[in-house]
Amino acid sequence: MPTALKILIAGGFGVGKTTMVGSVSEVSPLETEERITTASVGVDDLAGVERKISTTVAMDFGRITISPELVLYLFGTPGQDRFWFMWDDLSTGALGAVVLADTRRLDASFASIDFFEAREIPFAVGVNCFNGRREATVEQVRQALDLDVSTPVVLCDVRDRGSSKTVLLAVLEAARAQAAARLATTGP
Amino acid sequence: MREPRWLDDDQAGRHVRPYAITGGRTRHSQHHFTLITLVVSRHDHEWDHDHLEPESMSILALCRDRAVAVAEIAGQLDLPVSVVKVLCGDLLNSELIIVQSPPGLSEQPSVELIERVMDGIRQL
Repeated sequence: MPTALKILIAGGFGVGKTTMVGSVSEVSPLETEERITTASVGVDDLAGVERKISTTVAMDFGRITISPELVLYLFGTPGQDRFWFMWDDLSTGALGAVVLADTRRLDASFASIDFFEAREIPFAVGVNCFNGRREATVEQVRQALDLDVSTPVVLCDVRDRGSSKTVLLAVLEAARAQAAARLATTGP
Repeated sequence: MREPRWLDDDQAGRHVRPYAITGGRTRHSQHHFTLITLVVSRHDHEWDHDHLEPESMSILALCRDRAVAVAEIAGQLDLPVSVVKVLCGDLLNSELIIVQSPPGLSEQPSVELIERVMDGIRQL
């Protein structure tokens, strides 16, 4: 029986998450959904009244068979939907994450970046340059997103398999560095 | 006066609420599955399971030839993930499937494992 691993692909609506899953997956992206119910404190004038919010969160995923022993699943998190953050099963145990960003709407990636930083999930930022337009440099994006120096930033075109592979490798490099640092502090 | 419009069975599609399949259960009481828990059907006996839901039969058929992740089962069979988890819990209790959980949170991925994945990605 193989071991299954996963990488998340997050980012704002329409930034290319499904396209990226499709460009590297060995199967067409499949959609799956989960119903999320959460009690939330009312933020309106219903002081102290708790409301239950229930919503269906859908996401795409794909698969890459690394070897007979290893299968990597890619999960495209739902765009524009804050509820996926509550889907614990989605984020726990991920090897790492891609945050796809669009230079015209960098603010759409803030929530994902905060989430992965807070949970110490290794991630890389992929700046999706549609049609080869490179409207910003890596350094400008890094500054605008206030990223740690250790977070890789890659300009990419996720329609291209090779380009998507480069982004995945950047995530894995960040994960490798984190694992190596952990080893250095705790000893073998 | 117009006749009320009714859909007959052919047109109606699935009108069963998802949790009706699980007897109202939204999670399994004994087993915990993740999105990437792998499921394989057991080959060692012929299926004669009239008592199984059609959805459970579909899971057994889908997982006959290879290990399939819970999320993939849900996507292929167009069922919510939580429903698939409950059905798989029952199939596990009936010893009709074998499952493989992903590495736990306590086992952080090793440098070696990550490098194996990197090598695999490079070779795509």
